Amino acid sequence: MPRKSDLRSAFADSAPVGLALVPLGLAFGVLVVQAGLDWWWAGVSAALVYAGSFEFLLIGMVTAAAPLTAIAAAALMVNFRHVFYALSFPLDRIRGRAGRAYATFALTDEAYALTASERARAWTGRRVLYSQLFMHLYWTGSATVGALLGGLIPEGVQGLDFALTALFTVLALDALRDLRGEVSTPVLAFASALAAWVLFPDQMLLVAFSLFTAGLLAHRLVL
Amino acid sequence: MSDTHYAVAAVLVTAAVTWSLRAAPFAALAPLRASETMGHLSVRMPAGVMVILVVYCLSDLPLPQPQSLVPLGALAVTVGLHLWRRDALLSILGGTAVHVVLASTLVPH
Repeated sequence: MPRKSDLRSAFADSAPVGLALVPLGLAFGVLVVQAGLDWWWAGVSAALVYAGSFEFLLIGMVTAAAPLTAIAAAALMVNFRHVFYALSFPLDRIRGRAGRAYATFALTDEAYALTASERARAWTGRRVLYSQLFMHLYWTGSATVGALLGGLIPEGVQGLDFALTALFTVLALDALRDLRGEVSTPVLAFASALAAWVLFPDQMLLVAFSLFTAGLLAHRLVL
Repeated sequence: MSDTHYAVAAVLVTAAVTWSLRAAPFAALAPLRASETMGHLSVRMPAGVMVILVVYCLSDLPLPQPQSLVPLGALAVTVGLHLWRRDALLSILGGTAVHVVLASTLVPH
């Protein structure tokens, strides 16, 4: 029965990713309630947005009552990298409109990293889809549990929000390694961030991303 | 708009933008995908975006004050652990644990 073995294989494929997603999801849920938002908001965000790193940023933007346009602009910039995942995600193997719609919806960094890898070449569309579903469940489940348990953490425990900084630091180090020693990109990004911080502290993300993208394009056109 | 409506609207706006970014390229940007400029951006954007996000996360540091040393120390631990073991979970948990311990014990509330 191909159906059953696809499901079992997908569970085994997605389990290591789950080990990384669950602690982050718990931390996300805890931060949501620590920020004063309702516990169910963590589950709704995890299920519907399903973009881990941006969801952490969203907590801060929502508690600061950022305008929806600013949230949309920040989501566009932070999640813009997903545009590039279409290059090699095996959507052609997935059958049916609903399946394809879900596959694009659940095309997270982790889903891309797992399914676009060398060893996933032979996976059926169903196996790809099931592994995406498992990862979605790990994230949504752990975010909800974290939010429900968040109230149990004593008031004196401070600074859990550093998990977000640490997550981005790790992703930055991994991405920098992929550049194989090219320094102009991180220098340009760092300079863009500093300039935006000094000049437009209220719109820092938007300005920094715009400067960085413009710089990359200019660099590309000049060379 | 009530706080609850606003918080849900923020989720829906983000979900719409994110799904569009994930789905649209399969159709609309198909010709663009092969362009060299897109290739140039796709290689460099992930690293640059993450560097900007790290700076953003640290942008509320009370810089001249000694409390700034807590996140900077935790950042050093995260980077050190990651360069040493390359284990994302260990680096994140280690850096966050150091930050929680320092922030909960050293910084007066």
